[in-house]
Amino acid sequence: MNAPLKGDDPSRSSYYVNDAFYRELIANFSNWQDDARAVTDVAMRDEFRRLLEREARLLDQLLYDEWLKMYAAECVYWVPSTPKAGDPRREISVMFDDRRRLEDRIYRLRTGFAWSQAPASRTVRLITNVEVFAAARDDSRMLRSNFLISEFWGNETRVLTGWAGHRILRDGAEWKIQAKQVNLIDCDQCIRNPSIIL
Amino acid sequence: MTALEKITPPHGRLGGTALYDWDYLVQEDRAHRLIYTDPAIFEAEMTRIFGGTWTYLAHESEIPNDNDFITRRLGLRPLIIVRDGGGKIRALYNRCTHRGTTLCRWDKGNAKSFQCPYHGWNFLNTGKLRGVPWPDGYADDMRDPKYNLAQVPRVESYRGFIFGTLSLDALPLAEHLGPIAKIIDEWLDRNPGGKVVVCEANRFLFKGNWKLAYDNSCDGYHVAYSHRSLLETENRFAGENAKGMAYYRNSPDTQPMYMRYTGHGNHFKDKRPNLEKRPGGLWALEGAHPGMEHYEAEFLRRYGERALLLLDLAGSEPVNINVFPNFSLLGNHIQVFEPISVGETNAIWYGTMIVADDSVPSDAATDINALRMRTQEGFPNFGEVDDIANFEQIQRGLMAVEDEWVYMHRGLGIPDRVKQNVDGTITAPATDEAFMREHFKEWKRLMKSPQNLAITREP
Ligand code: FES
Ligand SMILES: [Fe+2]
Repeated sequence: MNAPLKGDDPSRSSYYVNDAFYRELIANFSNWQDDARAVTDVAMRDEFRRLLEREARLLDQLLYDEWLKMYAAECVYWVPSTPKAGDPRREISVMFDDRRRLEDRIYRLRTGFAWSQAPASRTVRLITNVEVFAAARDDSRMLRSNFLISEFWGNETRVLTGWAGHRILRDGAEWKIQAKQVNLIDCDQCIRNPSIIL
Repeated sequence: MTALEKITPPHGRLGGTALYDWDYLVQEDRAHRLIYTDPAIFEAEMTRIFGGTWTYLAHESEIPNDNDFITRRLGLRPLIIVRDGGGKIRALYNRCTHRGTTLCRWDKGNAKSFQCPYHGWNFLNTGKLRGVPWPDGYADDMRDPKYNLAQVPRVESYRGFIFGTLSLDALPLAEHLGPIAKIIDEWLDRNPGGKVVVCEANRFLFKGNWKLAYDNSCDGYHVAYSHRSLLETENRFAGENAKGMAYYRNSPDTQPMYMRYTGHGNHFKDKRPNLEKRPGGLWALEGAHPGMEHYEAEFLRRYGERALLLLDLAGSEPVNINVFPNFSLLGNHIQVFEPISVGETNAIWYGTMIVADDSVPSDAATDINALRMRTQEGFPNFGEVDDIANFEQIQRGLMAVEDEWVYMHRGLGIPDRVKQNVDGTITAPATDEAFMREHFKEWKRLMKSPQNLAITREP
């Protein structure tokens, strides 16, 4: 077993998804939408609203490389399978991707043999009700937004909707997405062809 | 003793068994498109298959405590699967005996009784009618058993898997499972205590007939093509074909894996012989999963030589164990097919986790499960989505009325390819369609036979 050394490229090995990571993730995504922590500064809210709108546009345009650059090297994309999002160590998720699995997801879509996306869905995303909350760390924020994705695939247009929580982290002059939790309103129901990135 | 109410064939246009010439629709080498597309055949299946044979309903770990319930279906019948106050597992019809309202609209919960939201009739979770509002408005005795909830008359578990049937002629469950019971045992016994616990699911809906999923359940022919994107992704760093189901890529029929038909529509794809027989042999095949390098290093540090055995518990067991018509154990999943209409089906991949015991302490079990959740999410996300897209496209293709047949004759007529074993099972190479030819014999037997079905109610 030639395991790479700890600290290696998270695109190639997954050392950061460990028990401490799960515990922090659960803590960060519990009871965080607290009015007392709401960020009311208009300029800051606008900055984060633009970040979410840009993410939506890049996904609609299938610009995955650009999209991935919005994420921290050690990141997670999490679509829980229950409305209250239980402990992902003991609950199957609709999707739970670390950095490498996100890259796998994109790699697969680009093979040309991902029949569930051949031809690819066309999507238009509406992102609204953006709220910003202070996080445990000063260099971090929590964002809540509602989304409505219209997806044209298989000769019909359907709607995927819910709300998302983003944990973002200051990285020099930029903010990077460290964790994105996507809460589909029908996450515990059977979903037709869940193969786009939400 | 509870009263059985015999079910006579539905009145009206279906009647009896003469709906179609079943021998014409299902032949040795091919099946007619109508069996996937005809609403009248679907309607008949909802009694003769889903009702006429053992159908998987739920896992006991989903209702661990007395008075726990979950709502499920048997074919299209809405059911409440309960563990009543005495610990007995029942499959109650989720249908008020007054005017037919579903009593319970929740997916799961704990309740000693169910009150109908329409006029308030109240039923114990044994199915017995406890009371109705203003009973003096009824001339007859409301304690008549006909007002108690209908129930599936035969509900049996095999090592935690709950099945039900309306058929009075079906063999007891363990006998019905026959040789595949031993394979189920092996699947369970690789886990500590021989147990698994269901822990949510990857849930899919597809616009296609339910049989398309069962026809795929033992199919080794599609893997290299339908799952090409998965195989390429899993092996993008592996150099040569090394990970996941890469053994399907090069002449899969020459690999040691095989399929076995075990009777009553049940079959089994055994890919275990492809593995190296050593601790860690299963783990070695796993593609990339979140956290795997961390947990692997941690396990080696903490448990030394035992680490590889523990890691194998997070690996995806390379079998497909299929019980006709709606149940499949594959990897670590319990996959269930739920027909909705002739052209719509749910395919639910219930995840399973392990439970700590003497051999696996609880901190190890927690970490194995953390890894086991991530390994289980891999295939539904990167594999199943493509199969389901293909099922939908079959349903679309079968709308071509004049082109009538689908073929399932791979392996048929080749000397020495399909082997009849002394125990009555049938073995064939991994890409053979013998499993499909055989489960369609069972389908046809059930569709043809005059059935001895019943429901029951508490006395
Ligand atoms: S329909 Fe249930 S009480 Fe009337
Ligand atoms: Fe498949």
